[in-house]
Amino acid sequence: MFNQIEPKYIKYGSYLHLYCPHCKKTLNIEKKEDKYIHINIIYKGKSGYLNLSPYLNIFEVESDLPLKEGDILDDVICPHCKNSLLVKDHPCDDCKTPEVAEFIVSAFSKLIPFYICTKYGCTWHGLTKRDEKIIKIKIPRQDMIEQDPKLRIFNFNEVPYGYSSELAVIEASRCMQCTNPKCIEGCPVAIDIPEFIRLVHEEKFVEAARKIKETNALPAITGRVCPQETQCEAKCILGLYDEPVAIGRLERFVADFERNTNAVEIPPKKKPTNKKVAIVGSGPAGLTVAADLVQLGHGVTIFEALHEPGGVLTYGIPDFRLPQKIVTSEMNYLKNLGVKIILNSIIGKLYTVDELLNKMGFDAIFIAVGAGLPIFMNIEGENLNNIFSANEYLTRINLMQAYKFPDYDTPAPRARKVAVMGGGNVTMDCARTALRMGAEESVVIYRRSEKEMPARNEEIHHAVEEGVKFEFLTNPIKYIGNDKGFITEIECIRMRLGEPDQSGRRRPIPIDGSNIVFDFDMAVIAIGAGPNPIILDSTPDLPLNKWGYIIANDKTGKTKKEKVWSGGDIVTGAATVISAMGAGKQAAKSIDEFLRNKK
Amino acid sequence: MTVMSGDIMYEILNKKSYARNTIINIRIEAAEIAKKCQPGEFVIVRVNDKGERIPLTIADNDEVAGTITLVFQIIGKTTALLASLEKGAFIKDLVGPLGTPVDIKKYNKKILAVGGGTGIAVLHHIAKGYQSAGNKVISIVGAKTQSYLIMKQEMEDFSEKTFVCTDDGTEGHHGFVTQILQKELEENAANYEMVIAIGPVVMMEACCKITKTFNMKTMVSLNPIMVDGTGMCGACRVSIDGKTRFACVHGPQFDGHKVDFPLLLKRQTTYLEDERISLFKSIK
Repeated sequence: MFNQIEPKYIKYGSYLHLYCPHCKKTLNIEKKEDKYIHINIIYKGKSGYLNLSPYLNIFEVESDLPLKEGDILDDVICPHCKNSLLVKDHPCDDCKTPEVAEFIVSAFSKLIPFYICTKYGCTWHGLTKRDEKIIKIKIPRQDMIEQDPKLRIFNFNEVPYGYSSELAVIEASRCMQCTNPKCIEGCPVAIDIPEFIRLVHEEKFVEAARKIKETNALPAITGRVCPQETQCEAKCILGLYDEPVAIGRLERFVADFERNTNAVEIPPKKKPTNKKVAIVGSGPAGLTVAADLVQLGHGVTIFEALHEPGGVLTYGIPDFRLPQKIVTSEMNYLKNLGVKIILNSIIGKLYTVDELLNKMGFDAIFIAVGAGLPIFMNIEGENLNNIFSANEYLTRINLMQAYKFPDYDTPAPRARKVAVMGGGNVTMDCARTALRMGAEESVVIYRRSEKEMPARNEEIHHAVEEGVKFEFLTNPIKYIGNDKGFITEIECIRMRLGEPDQSGRRRPIPIDGSNIVFDFDMAVIAIGAGPNPIILDSTPDLPLNKWGYIIANDKTGKTKKEKVWSGGDIVTGAATVISAMGAGKQAAKSIDEFLRNKK
Repeated sequence: MTVMSGDIMYEILNKKSYARNTIINIRIEAAEIAKKCQPGEFVIVRVNDKGERIPLTIADNDEVAGTITLVFQIIGKTTALLASLEKGAFIKDLVGPLGTPVDIKKYNKKILAVGGGTGIAVLHHIAKGYQSAGNKVISIVGAKTQSYLIMKQEMEDFSEKTFVCTDDGTEGHHGFVTQILQKELEENAANYEMVIAIGPVVMMEACCKITKTFNMKTMVSLNPIMVDGTGMCGACRVSIDGKTRFACVHGPQFDGHKVDFPLLLKRQTTYLEDERISLFKSIK
């Protein structure tokens, strides 16, 4: 049944991905080491299954029906949608059996019909002349397999397992390889997305990872935490009439593949320029600048205030969203590139910016200290025990690994009923962390409605799956505690939405007399972060805007102070990992030009 | 320490202990911090890979030798671990200097420095700073018993006069520092520019009650729970004049008459149970 095909089309021995032409679901299955193409068949009125080898020209058939050579199958059926796959007007080219079964195969970055003769043992199958005309066929966006929500709230392991190579190739086949791709425009660091996806489709996974690394040094991280749905995937042309290509999942897959197969290589560096750049902060913006500049031949030193590098990637984003071992391996990649990371060094206290420039001989400085000042609501009772800023709660659990207390020394806040204020990604992180820390109930209290929540849909979806509850249009006005100083209740007021404000979201307005008191024994305030004053106070000649953020050129990251650039949250206010990396890319380019033009 | 040398190591050069080995004094090699630190600033210490970050106020610095001195009482697992490190051992992480240094000026009047328990170590650095700036310092130091009285000699070295008291009368005045403070202010309040009171929260609160009646400016140094020590987490929130402040960046020194001491005491108890578990497990 599965024997020959013209070599000009698909190589002998190739791994085939077949789909049902009706429901577009994959017919490839994997059982441990074994891989099959699984179809249902009817033979002499009996229904059964047939497992074909997915490798072209390898004749390996398994069935629960007693088939022998020359038998003609009555019907071939998709196991998913139960539609018949037979096509009547298409006799077998070889044995002239009147019916063949039609499938879809993904090959040469395209999806084309593929036929298999229904006569058991017939050698003919493959493509026919009319297939030279390419037919666009819908394959659904492939989902990643995820940890069961009921189980994952008991651990800090990552929620999605990521694509298998097969799923990645299938998803890559959805990319239309547009001649004028829009996805690149949507990417703040302008990754050559169609090219890396083409390489995935050709199963050149390591090459695909290297292609991404040409512009983005940290694909394993951005593949996980970027809001692709508002960036590259929002621009995907396939997304106009179908779900967009899962670019983020593919990015994550190739980065993981490269790391897991130990294929990570250090790219060649340009020859040393003998210029030194100091980077303040080892978060996403700082790391991007470091990676770019070190590859251009400059000496790069990162100063980090905490005892671990990574900034928000380390202290903020929980393990179930971004495992620490991935951050560590990306950090090692940077160190191998030649980046020096000096921990426990607070610029502004241990050294000032001017000392770095004048005494320590740095030719340029990039300030990327992030938005490291928690915002509180300044309402009554906010200083009761067990009321935390999101920064404190997440820092204790992620950076200090308090969830392993008492094996680790940092105490872990635990409670039965936890309220988390806010509606962003950090809010979701805190609410989901609380469940993993043993909370019976974890409730998000947000002053607007579900529609206005700034958190990513995926994060909200995961939180809901795990049992996080929501109180929308509700705002805390007072925390109530017991005589020992611990929080016991939160008094809230219900809100309604008024006219849109400057952010375009409808402004919440309190409803008089709608006060309501909830029982809670812990509260986490995740309503945002502001600029940390330490470096700013010690650098008085660095102009700030009215919110206290550094004023920097939005194309180059250049500040108004000589030899000083800045980017990331300390310029824009709290934003995303990738926008910080985008700012880092621009600044790196500008710093490089500056250093090269300097004598 | 050279900046480019990769991992910086903080070696313990010297170790002393007081009070039947419950209060430890260590001198650590930390050239950059020693060069930069000013009175009133603190460091964050993490002893090992699994350790927590704890704030310790710098008791002294030696710019020439490139060392800082930390004095701490063994109260939990981390301080016990730190105390277990002998001369020649290395501390995993040392971050600093942190906090806002004391704004030291030269005054015509004298400075009255009151210290209790391990607070004397913190007081020492600040009071010595005032003395170096040309001020005259009168000191009152106290402890529960003679063996718990630390750094008496160091205080005497720069103080014009040093009052000593112990709760049980084993040395100096039999009673509390507050009694001497009350008496001294009653007699000589006009001689003093300000009071610096550093010690247990209850002692600082009691001192502030007294100085308030004399309308005497009082500086205290607060020791709330901290995590990062850089203003990032807000664990160290204290209420100053009804406003929330972060002890790590706005302090740890504050105007004692504006501090909400009961809140500080309550906030310090947040992890009492966890601290007990942690210490108990480490002893086992």
